[in-house]
Amino acid sequence: MLTRRIIPCLDVKDNRVVKGVNFLDLRDAGDPVELGARYSQQGADELVFLDITATIRSRKTIAELVEKVAKNVFIPFTVGGGIRTAEQIDLLLRSGADKVSVNTAAVADPGIITEAAERFGNQCVVLAIDARRRKDARGKWQVCVKAGSEPTNIDVVEWAQKAEKLGAGEILLTSMDADGTKAGYDNELNRAVSDAVNIPVIASGGAGTLDHLYDALIDGHAAAVLMASITHFGNCTINDMKQYLAGRGIPMNL
Amino acid sequence: MIVVIDYDVGNVSNVCNAMRHIGCDVRLTAEADTIKSAAGLILPGVAAFGYAVGALGRISELISQHASEAKPLLGICVGFQMLFNDSCEHGLHKGLGLVHGSVVPIPPGRVIPHMGWNAVEFPEDMNLFSGLTSGTNFYFAHSYCASVSDDLAKVAYTDYGVQLAASVQKANIYGVQFHPEKSSTAGLKVLRNFADICERKAT
Repeated sequence: MLTRRIIPCLDVKDNRVVKGVNFLDLRDAGDPVELGARYSQQGADELVFLDITATIRSRKTIAELVEKVAKNVFIPFTVGGGIRTAEQIDLLLRSGADKVSVNTAAVADPGIITEAAERFGNQCVVLAIDARRRKDARGKWQVCVKAGSEPTNIDVVEWAQKAEKLGAGEILLTSMDADGTKAGYDNELNRAVSDAVNIPVIASGGAGTLDHLYDALIDGHAAAVLMASITHFGNCTINDMKQYLAGRGIPMNL
Repeated sequence: MIVVIDYDVGNVSNVCNAMRHIGCDVRLTAEADTIKSAAGLILPGVAAFGYAVGALGRISELISQHASEAKPLLGICVGFQMLFNDSCEHGLHKGLGLVHGSVVPIPPGRVIPHMGWNAVEFPEDMNLFSGLTSGTNFYFAHSYCASVSDDLAKVAYTDYGVQLAASVQKANIYGVQFHPEKSSTAGLKVLRNFADICERKAT
C-alpha cells in the first residue's frame, strides 16, 4: 500500500534556511546542506527546497547550492522558487533536483506547466499554490503570487484542476493564513483541493503538533504533509512523526 | 567500472552520486568505447518513454550487445520500462525488447502518478534484493507500468490497489521501476547489490 509522506521543507534565503510566520518575520534555522543531509538520514520521505530570496539572484548561485544539497540527499528532492523557464528547470534537474515546483511563472503563463511536463515528465512538475482565504466568500481561497505578496482573482480549486489538466504531477498547497502559526493546517482548503483533483496534494502551512499531521492526512485528505518550524527547531523528529501516525493506523514508510 | 548511460534525459547525475556514495567506480558517459569496456551498465531515465528511446538513438545497439555478452544491465524507471518490447505512452514506441512485455498506463481509479513510497514484495532469489526483507518500501514516481509476459523473468510487485511490476530479473538483465538512488538506505543496498553482481561477473 502506498504510504503517506512526511516532507520537511527548507526555505532558503541567502544560503541559509529560514522560517517565518505568515511569510514574514524570518528566523534563521541553519545550513541547507547540513539540514538536507540530516533529514535524508533521519528517514524523511522527501525534501523540499524553496528559494525565497526576495531579490533576483543569479540562477547559477541557486543551482550550485542545490548541487551541494543533492550530494547528501538520497530521497526525492524538489526545488522551487523564482523558476520562470524550461531552461531554468533543466539546469536545476541537472544540478540534482528530482522535481521542480513552479508558482508565479505558471500563473503568468500556464503553458510552462505543459512544456515542462512534456519535456521532463509530469512526475517532475509540481505546481506550488500559495492560498489565502477570501474575506468576501466563505469556503473560497485566492491564489497569491510573488512569494505571497500579490493576491490574484484566481480561485485555488479551479487553478488546481486546470494545472492537473495542463500536466502538473503534484500540488504543493500552502495556506498563507496558517503558515508558521503552528496552529494546524487549513484542512478545509486541503480537502477542497484534494477532492477536486486526481494527483497527489501536499498539505503545507501550520504544522505545530503531531495531531495536526494526522488531521491533514485524514480530514484534509492530503497525500503528504510538509513542515518546517516543528522539525527545524527540534520539537520533534521525523521518526516521532512517523511512529505517531503509524500508531494511529496511517500507512507510513518506517 | 560501471557505466551510467548519459543520454540527455533529466537528472541522471543522482544515480552516479548514489553509486559514488557507496564507493563504486562509476562513469557517466555516452561514449561507445567506454560503454563497451564496462563491467556493468545502468540505464537511468527520467522522461517520457518516446523521448527517452529517441534520445538513446544508437546507444541502444551498444546496450543490446552488452546484454548479449551476459554482462549485467540495470534499467531504472523509464530505463526499466525500455527493457520491454514496447510502450503506448504518447503513441506506440518500440523498446529494447530484452524482456517480453509491454508498458501500459496504470489502470485508472486511483491517484496518478503513483508517487511515493510503496512496499515491494519479491521472491527470495532475486539478487538485487539480497539482504533486504520482502515488503521493504521504495520510492516510485510513474504513470505507466510494465505488463510482464516473460516466462524467464522473475518479477517483484508492489500493491497500488492493483499489482504493479516493481522489478524484473532475467538472467543478467535487471530492472527496477522505483528509484533506488532516491530510496534511502534500502535503495543504496539495491545499488550495492548490483555493483556486487557486476564485480562477481567481471572476476
